[in-house]
Amino acid sequence: MQRIGVFVCWCGSNIAGTVDVQAVSDALKNEPGVVFSTNYQYMCSQAGQNMIKDAIKEYRLTGIVVCSCSPRMHEATFRKTAQAAGLNPYMVEIANIREQCSWVHKDIPTGTEKAIILGKAAVAKVNLNAPLTPGESPVTKRALVIGGGIAGIQTALDIADAGFPVDIVETKPTIGGKMAQLDKTFPTLDCAACILTPKMVDVAQNDKIRIFSYSEVQEVKGFVGNFDVKIKKKARYVNEDICTGCGACTEKCPQKNVPNEFNLGMDNRRAIYIPFAQAVPKVATIDPNACNMLKNGKCGVCAKVCAAGAIDYKQQDQIIEEKYGAIVVATGFNPISMEKFDEFAYSQSKDVITSLEFERLTNAAGPTAGKLLRPSDLEHPHTIVFVQCVGSRCAACAEKGKEYCSKICCMYTAKHAMLVRDKYPDTEVYVFYIDVRTPGKNFDEFYRRAVEEYGVHYIKGMVGKVTPEGKKLKVQGSDLIMDEQVHIDADLVVLAAAIEPDKSARPLATMLTASMDTNDFFTEAHPKLRPVESPTAGVFLSGACQGPKDIPETVSQAGAAASKVIGLLAKDKLTGNPCIASPNELMCNGCSSCERVCPYGAITYVDKEFRMPDRTTAIRRVAQVNPAVCQGCGACTVACPSGAMDLRGFASAQIIAEVDAICK
Amino acid sequence: MSQQNNNLKEELIRISGVNPKKCMRCGKCSATCPAYEEMEYHPHEFVVMVENGNIEPLLNTESLYRCLTCFACVERCPRGVEPAKLVEAVRLVATRRQGANHMKADDVPAKLDEDLPQQAIVSAFRKYTK
Ligand SMILES: Cc1cc2nc3c(=O)[nH]c(=O)nc-3n(C[C@H](O)[C@H](O)[C@H](O)COP(=O)(O)OP(=O)(O)OC[C@H]3O[C@@H](n4cnc5c(N)ncnc54)[C@H](O)[C@@H]3O)c2cc1C
Ligand code: SF4
Ligand code: SF4
Ligand code: SF4
Ligand code: SF4
Repeated sequence: MQRIGVFVCWCGSNIAGTVDVQAVSDALKNEPGVVFSTNYQYMCSQAGQNMIKDAIKEYRLTGIVVCSCSPRMHEATFRKTAQAAGLNPYMVEIANIREQCSWVHKDIPTGTEKAIILGKAAVAKVNLNAPLTPGESPVTKRALVIGGGIAGIQTALDIADAGFPVDIVETKPTIGGKMAQLDKTFPTLDCAACILTPKMVDVAQNDKIRIFSYSEVQEVKGFVGNFDVKIKKKARYVNEDICTGCGACTEKCPQKNVPNEFNLGMDNRRAIYIPFAQAVPKVATIDPNACNMLKNGKCGVCAKVCAAGAIDYKQQDQIIEEKYGAIVVATGFNPISMEKFDEFAYSQSKDVITSLEFERLTNAAGPTAGKLLRPSDLEHPHTIVFVQCVGSRCAACAEKGKEYCSKICCMYTAKHAMLVRDKYPDTEVYVFYIDVRTPGKNFDEFYRRAVEEYGVHYIKGMVGKVTPEGKKLKVQGSDLIMDEQVHIDADLVVLAAAIEPDKSARPLATMLTASMDTNDFFTEAHPKLRPVESPTAGVFLSGACQGPKDIPETVSQAGAAASKVIGLLAKDKLTGNPCIASPNELMCNGCSSCERVCPYGAITYVDKEFRMPDRTTAIRRVAQVNPAVCQGCGACTVACPSGAMDLRGFASAQIIAEVDAICK
Repeated sequence: MSQQNNNLKEELIRISGVNPKKCMRCGKCSATCPAYEEMEYHPHEFVVMVENGNIEPLLNTESLYRCLTCFACVERCPRGVEPAKLVEAVRLVATRRQGANHMKADDVPAKLDEDLPQQAIVSAFRKYTK
């Protein structure tokens, strides 16, 4: 039989105002197992905690019930108190008589009655509680960053700076992400490459950081502190360790007409290529879908011209297995497809482009060497129309657009408009907008400069139709302030396309058991208070994979994610949660129901020898729970048809005892 | 908003199935409308004016008969507001007020030819009978 102490808290007048605390402690005194019951003004105060400690010693208590606020507030506090007095912390139960009684009931009799009932349920549970000891697991002091955009780069640099090794896995042949494709950046108009490439070089030169470029995460097993990850390093048919990045091969390769993805298909590259001059790692990659040698064995030019002898047509995909303590997701975003937007004639005219394409058209390293020329005939455009919110804030059709605001397009459109007017004052620039959203430091000032200093024409309204006609694009839009339909003969139309998470994010989330919202952005553990952690322990979020973000915001989040990782890797051991599932092997029949429902993959099966009643032995398949992986969600306990699976600390018998106490 | 206007608003919302509150005032409907120049009130104004209960001017405007029922505004609206359905509903209320003096069903067959789209036949009932 337990010896239980009951401590009823007044919470000042928070509880005592609507619950007769004296009546509660008196009523609970008579419950089975209770040897001591009292009430006090602030149980969580130093004096209250001392009262609990003294009672535990004086009455040789084996369990306690604290009738107070939500366990989310002070369960940890009272467990520590109990432990300090020599009691196992899991012998503490909280009856929530504040949020569930005094705060929701208006009159004292009802509040008091319910408080007594909840107290009885907690006593009934403690009677069946058993001491629990959490397990410990070691921490692998290495981090994995998935995605090598500015988010991944910053996170990796910060983690490495604290002295921990980091690996970056990047699908593309180079790190850099979207920022490497940008020309200038708002709100200060510094050149993207000038601020990004030094960071890329830092990554390459940091001996704590390894880059797996042209690679993908293939499998993730394990749990916080102990992830086992398989990384597929795709064959690039060039030996990375030998290639000097001289580019001789990329000049001699006869396959010249491969669309260049770095310039969004606006010019061509060779079958063997280096995405851009400052690529990291700066090594060549052969595109197996374009290379003559790999397709039909005829060519071999690059191998002949490569002085370093780095070309290797026989190279195979390689699987790397590594252990990590923490994983950071930094998979970024992409502009959505414009194919479905017939009204803007994106698919009909080369001169209707997206804003990212516009970045390449104004970039000195882009297809036009930085001269603003329209793609169809390489002529200088004299009238440019920018359309904001293309596919963003669209609730009409999920196939076509996204319901959210993409957050960055108002600002980059102002940037584009301003840069055009700055370089080409003879070009008229119109921006159609629904709202101009500029909540950021120096953002609204930036937009106003575009209008006031650079003479950009902002039109409150939307474009309804773009029709290519001869050399012109006929733009039909509305001007809601003038209450007019406007018609503009444009040379170039630029669409601020909505952005969406990378398509690989969803399968990756499944691998990591990390959750996502309906738009496939990774969800944070708490939208306000834990913005860089995923709800899955040991998985952190950095950059636009969590939601649309500009660079300053991405970099702050990247640093925050890094500091969380550093906090984790600095620990030598992690204490687990002892309230996990455990099977009763005598009842388990190995049916696999529990394995199928476990969202964390914590359950496996072993063949075990059992002594039968007739003294023979039999081998049976039974479930086993990995204590480090199980999160104690309880899904398996419900799925088990034989009632063999139970949660420690929340066993079915304990829950039923609570229900019985309530219904009595 | 007067009680009478409110009743009228509710009636229009019921007939059309349109929820004008979904409109975000982007103006894409009016940007796309091919009859814009002929209309006094434009598709986005139909939406906003119905929402505000300012309906009398709509009942008395020629715009009701200038709308082509082409549904371009319905197709393009990013919020799924379907302004043309609201125009149609106002038209219906106006017709009812005039004692339902629309073309008789019997008169229609004589006017049909093979190329006439189904949609135009339906709109014809309501539009060209004033
Ligand atoms: C047209 C345009 C103009 C912009 N202009 C500005 C500006 O002026 N100022 C500003 O502050 N912001 C600007 N931005 C926003 C800026 O681009 C983003 O804030 C920034 O790129 C976000 O960085 P990220 O690392 O989160 O994502 P990304 O840059 O998208 O990087 C993600 C990286 O992860 C890789 N990856 C994806 N999936 C996987 C996977 N499964 N495994 C491995 N690797 C993967 C990708 O290949 C990529 O390299 C602009 C954006 C656009 C579209
Ligand atoms: S072998 Fe392939 S990559 Fe090399 S030069 Fe020939 S076509 Fe180009
Ligand atoms: S569901 Fe129950 S019986 Fe089936 S394997 Fe799991 S523990 Fe055993
Ligand atoms: S349906 Fe009427 S209001 Fe809508 S776009 Fe066509 S003509 Fe204009
Ligand atoms: S297109 Fe739709 S959301 Fe935009 S103004 Fe017209 S009705 Fe409103």
